[in-house]
Amino acid sequence: MFRRSVHKDKPARGFQPLDDQSSRFLARKPSRDELVNTDSGYILYLEDITVSFDGFKALNELTLYIETGELRCIIGPNGAGKTTMMDVITGKTRPDFGTAFYGQRLDLLRLTEPEIASLGIGRKFQKPTVFENHTVHDNLELAMEADKRVWATLARRLSGEERDRIAEVLDIIGLKEEVLALAGSLSHGQKQWLEIGMLLMQNPLVLLVDEPVAGMTKQESESTAELLTTLAGDHSVVVVEHDMEFVRSIARRVTVLHEGRVLAEGPFEEIQHDAKVIEVYLGE
Amino acid sequence: MLLGRLIKQDWGRSILLGTLGVMCVVVPVANLLVPEDSAFHVSTYTVTLLGKYLSYALLAMALDLAWGYCGILSLGHGAFFALGGYAMGMYLMRQIGTRGVYGHPELPDFMVFLNWQELPWYWFGFDAFWFAMLMVVLVPGLLALVFGWLAFRSRVTGVYLSIMTQALTYALLLAFYRNEMGFGGNNGLTDFKDILGASLQSDVTRVVLFVVSAIALALTYLFCRFVVTSKLGRVVTAVRDADDRTRFIGYRVENYKVWIFTVSAVLAGIAGALYVPQVGIINPSEFEPLKSIELVVWVALGGRGTLYGAALGAVIVNYAKTWMTGAFPEVWPFALGGLFILVTLSLPKGVVGLVRSLPYWLASRVLYMYHKWGSLIRAKFSH
Ligand SMILES: Nc1ncnc2c1ncn2[C@@H]1O[C@H](COP(=O)(O)OP(=O)(O)OP(=O)(O)O)[C@@H](O)[C@H]1O
Ligand SMILES: [Mg+2]
Repeated sequence: MFRRSVHKDKPARGFQPLDDQSSRFLARKPSRDELVNTDSGYILYLEDITVSFDGFKALNELTLYIETGELRCIIGPNGAGKTTMMDVITGKTRPDFGTAFYGQRLDLLRLTEPEIASLGIGRKFQKPTVFENHTVHDNLELAMEADKRVWATLARRLSGEERDRIAEVLDIIGLKEEVLALAGSLSHGQKQWLEIGMLLMQNPLVLLVDEPVAGMTKQESESTAELLTTLAGDHSVVVVEHDMEFVRSIARRVTVLHEGRVLAEGPFEEIQHDAKVIEVYLGE
Repeated sequence: MLLGRLIKQDWGRSILLGTLGVMCVVVPVANLLVPEDSAFHVSTYTVTLLGKYLSYALLAMALDLAWGYCGILSLGHGAFFALGGYAMGMYLMRQIGTRGVYGHPELPDFMVFLNWQELPWYWFGFDAFWFAMLMVVLVPGLLALVFGWLAFRSRVTGVYLSIMTQALTYALLLAFYRNEMGFGGNNGLTDFKDILGASLQSDVTRVVLFVVSAIALALTYLFCRFVVTSKLGRVVTAVRDADDRTRFIGYRVENYKVWIFTVSAVLAGIAGALYVPQVGIINPSEFEPLKSIELVVWVALGGRGTLYGAALGAVIVNYAKTWMTGAFPEVWPFALGGLFILVTLSLPKGVVGLVRSLPYWLASRVLYMYHKWGSLIRAKFSH
C-alpha cells in the first residue's frame, strides 16, 4: 500500500508542502490516496506547534515527523502534552502557531474534525469512548467508512461485503460473542478493543492510539501489542502509553515528550539510558 | 425466558397504534350515530377536547425526537407550534370573507379596526388552503433551520442552547403582541367560520378534524420510528451520547443536529395547525416560555426517548390540567411544578420506564418473599 521509506534521517526542517495543482484539474474527485501524498516517506509533519491554555504552554514548539507505515511510541510524564498533540492532529485543538501537514498536500490546520477523520486519520481516546447505548455491532457499523452525510445516512443499508467486514473486525477484536450486547455493558478492556475495532472500520491510514492498554489484564495487553504491530506497515500507528512493559514490547522508535516538546527520540534501549529521560521520566 | 421476551416486546407501539385505530372508529360512531340521550354518546365537546389532546401528543412526540434522541433540550418548541397555528389561523381568517363584523371582503376585522387599507404582503396567498399548509411546514422549518444552523455551528449546547430557545420564543411572544405586526395583537386570530367550505361549528367537521388528528399522530409516530431506527437515527443517538466520538469517526455532528431540530420543528408546526381549528383561536400566549417548559414536562413524565411515552405524557398532563383547572384552578401551577420535581427525582424514565420495570420489580418481590417466608417456615418445621 505504501512505498516504504528510504529516508533514515528526518526531513530537513522547514517542510515545504507540495504546491502542485494537479488534483485541481482531475475530472473526478481525487481519491484519498491521491490527496494524501506520501512520496517523501513521511505521513505526518508537525513543526513548531505551540498550544497554550490561559498562558500555559501545553505544547511548546513541538516538532515531530511520523514515517509512513511506522509504529511510533510516544511517552512522557503526565501533562507532557501527548493528548494535546493528538488533539492538534485531529482538528480538535487549533494551535497558536506552527504547521501540521498530513502527507505533503493536506494542511491539517485548515480541515475540520470530520474531514480529517474521513481522510483517514482515526483516533482512540484516552478515556475509552464508545456508544454505550448501541450494540457492539452498531458501534462498528456507525464507524464504518461510508458516505457520512445526513441524507445518505437516512436510507443507508448494509451490503453483504460490509457485513463480512464487520464480522472480520469482530474476529480481530475478539468480541464475536458480544456482538449484540450493548457497548455500555462491556468490561473496560473490551471497550478499549471495541474502540480499536471502530478505528479499523474507518479503514484509516493513520491510527492515533491514546493509552490503549490502560485497564487491561496482562494477556489482553499482550494481544493488543500483537494487533498494533500487525497493523503497522499497512498503517502508520502512533501509540501513547505509560505502561513501559507494553512500550518495550512494541516499540521500534520512541519519542519522549516533556513540557510540550520533544526531549529525546530513538530506539527504546537508547532512550532507556538517556540521562535526561531518566531524570524527568523513568527516574520518577 | 418467555416472560423476559414478553416484557422486552415493544408493547408501546401496538398500544398506541391500536388505540388510535379504535378511536378513529368508535369516536365518530359514538358522536354521530349514537343518540344523544344514550350513555354511550360522546359529546362534541369531548370530541374536540380529545382532538386537542392528540395535537398536543403530536407536539410532544416532535420534541421527543429532538430531546429524547438527540439530547437537544429545546425550551422554545412552543414557538414552532404557534407558528404552524398562526399559518392555519391566517387561512381560517381569510375564509371568513364578508361575514366579519365590518363585512370587509378582504381585510380581517382587526385590520379594519386599525384603519388598514389593504392586506399586508405576508398575508397574500393564505386564502388558498394548499399555500397555508405549505407555510405550516415551511415557516417553522425555516426558522429552525436558520436558528439551528447558527447555534449548532457555533457549538452552542446544553443550558446555553436551552436559554437561547427560550429567548427565541420570548422574542416572538413580544413581536406577536404588537398590533402593528398584523397578526391581531393580543387577541390573536379567532371567530373562524369554516375550513375548506365546511362549517367549524358542525359535528361532522369536528369529528373529521379529530380523525385527521389521530391519523396525523399515527403517521408521525411511524415516521419518527422510521427515522430513529434508521442508520441516521443511530448516528443521532450517538451524537447525544458522545458527540466527540461521532465527530472523530467522520460525521458532521452539526448537520445532524440541524436536521433533527428542523424535522422536529416542522412536526411541531403541523401539531399547531391541527390544534387551531379545533380550539378556534390562536393568540400570542402560545409563545409564552412557560408553555414550552410545560411541554418538556409532558415528555419527561411520559418517558423520553420512546415517542409513545411522549404522547402518553401529553395526554396524562393535559387531562389532569383540564380536570384540575375545573376543580381547583389556583392549584394547577403548583401541581405542575410538583409533578416535574417528582418525575425528575423518582421517575427518570417516566411512566413508560415505570411500567416497563414493573414486571421485574414484581418478580424480585416475589422471589424475596419466597426466600423470606420459605426460611421462616423451614425454621419453624426444623424445631
Ligand atoms: N482544555 C484544556 N484547558 C486547559 N488546560 C488544558 C486543556 N487540555 C489540556 N490542558 C493542560 O495541558 C497539559 C497537557 O495536557 P495533555 O492532556 O496533553 O497531557 P498528557 O501528556 O496527555 O498527560 P496524561 O499522561 O496525563 O494523559 C496539562 O497540564 C493539562 O492540564
Ligand atoms: Mg493524555
